[in-house]
Amino acid sequence: MPDARSIADAVKRAVAEAAVTLRPDVEAALRDAIESEPSERARHVLSQLLENARIAARDAVPLCQDTGTVWVWVELGADERLPAGLQAAVDGAVATAYSENALRMSVVRDALFDRTNTGDNTPTFLDVTQRPGTGATVHVMLKGAGSDNASALVMLDPSAGEDGVIDAVVRAVEAKATGACPPLIVGVGVGGTFDTVAKLAKKALLAPLSVANADSRVAAFEQRLLEAVNATGIGPAGLGGRTTALGVRVLTGPAHIAALPVAVNLGCCAMRSATVEVLG
Amino acid sequence: MSDPARITLPATRESLAGLRAGDEVLLSGTVFTARDATHVRLAAELARTGALPYALAGETLFYAGPTPPAAGRPVGSVGPTTAKRMDAWTPRLLEAGIVATVGKGARSEAVRRAHAESGAVYFAAVGGAAALLATHVRSAETVAYADLGTEALVRMELVDFPAFVAIDACGTDLYAAAPTEWRVSQR
Repeated sequence: MPDARSIADAVKRAVAEAAVTLRPDVEAALRDAIESEPSERARHVLSQLLENARIAARDAVPLCQDTGTVWVWVELGADERLPAGLQAAVDGAVATAYSENALRMSVVRDALFDRTNTGDNTPTFLDVTQRPGTGATVHVMLKGAGSDNASALVMLDPSAGEDGVIDAVVRAVEAKATGACPPLIVGVGVGGTFDTVAKLAKKALLAPLSVANADSRVAAFEQRLLEAVNATGIGPAGLGGRTTALGVRVLTGPAHIAALPVAVNLGCCAMRSATVEVLG
Repeated sequence: MSDPARITLPATRESLAGLRAGDEVLLSGTVFTARDATHVRLAAELARTGALPYALAGETLFYAGPTPPAAGRPVGSVGPTTAKRMDAWTPRLLEAGIVATVGKGARSEAVRRAHAESGAVYFAAVGGAAALLATHVRSAETVAYADLGTEALVRMELVDFPAFVAIDACGTDLYAAAPTEWRVSQR
């Protein structure tokens, strides 16, 4: 059975790896974008981002100075027990990984009343859910504030439909994308409740850009959203061009008969996440 | 696109007056890192004494919080943070003598106007390129507020640091103009 220690070890390795390594699907999407980008300024920005990935991997330095808050999502096999002491073990792993790999400490004690740096990048934002089977699937995301701050949540009327969702996503991108380090990965959650739709949007950012959604309705909707976002002209670094987003990923789910919750979690061009299997 | 203009910092407002929004530049010389918590303290000192502390008049602020030293370099990674968060303080700081800022992302109308009025320039660096940008930092020395960790006021010497003119001394804003220009070009 996966214990707190084995999950914490997986987190520690994933943090160190993700901080300095551009996701292969994101790197491939950047290469494709340079080929199809008509704006010379935009191509200069995209080539800086590819060179950045090369230097980060070569020198083992962070892709971005904002090494983020850490979100850890443990999908625990339904046959497993919840490991005792999981939060403390994961916090220990994050503190060690941030110190050992010279990452930036970016967490304050309290958002409103005590903005003193905690000094070890904890607490970790930890979620535990169940999936079928044994073992645990551990997802780790280092999320920068530039892109998280540019995210949005809106409770639409169900009559708004697909067009309403597209409008909400484009509005969110147009409002704040220049500070979110485009080209973006746009995570969209649709469904659930006020509190859970944001998590859907965040989970959508884990889906590789290189693999089309198996549900053709979702894949087609993602393509419509990508075209709408890239029609804004915001472009790489917000300095104009075609490539405002490298991809859009959508997760949908059940909702109240009266509800169409929509959340947009923007991911930056240095999107950092990793998924590790811990055996049962 | 023409070759990037080479800018030496600190620069006078007169020497930056010819730059236009959209120009590519290479920045060399001195900048001071200052982000959220740094601005709170700078603004408090400015309010108390009526002048910028640490001889910052005439200097350039770089909105950034670097990672610790790594790979034999003074900082491991350093790139621009979102400039908009500093907008509340920027007009007052430009008035007090800051000549240029380096960050990322669109700014408020009040800040755009403050550039036109003061002749200051806002440079945009590429967010997400911090490992590359750190190779253009020759030295980093903490000047004040060491207790703030990554938010300390740090004097950095840059060498050919790549950036774009985002708001020029006339108040022209690249973030406002560029998407429109691109859409028009696609018609």
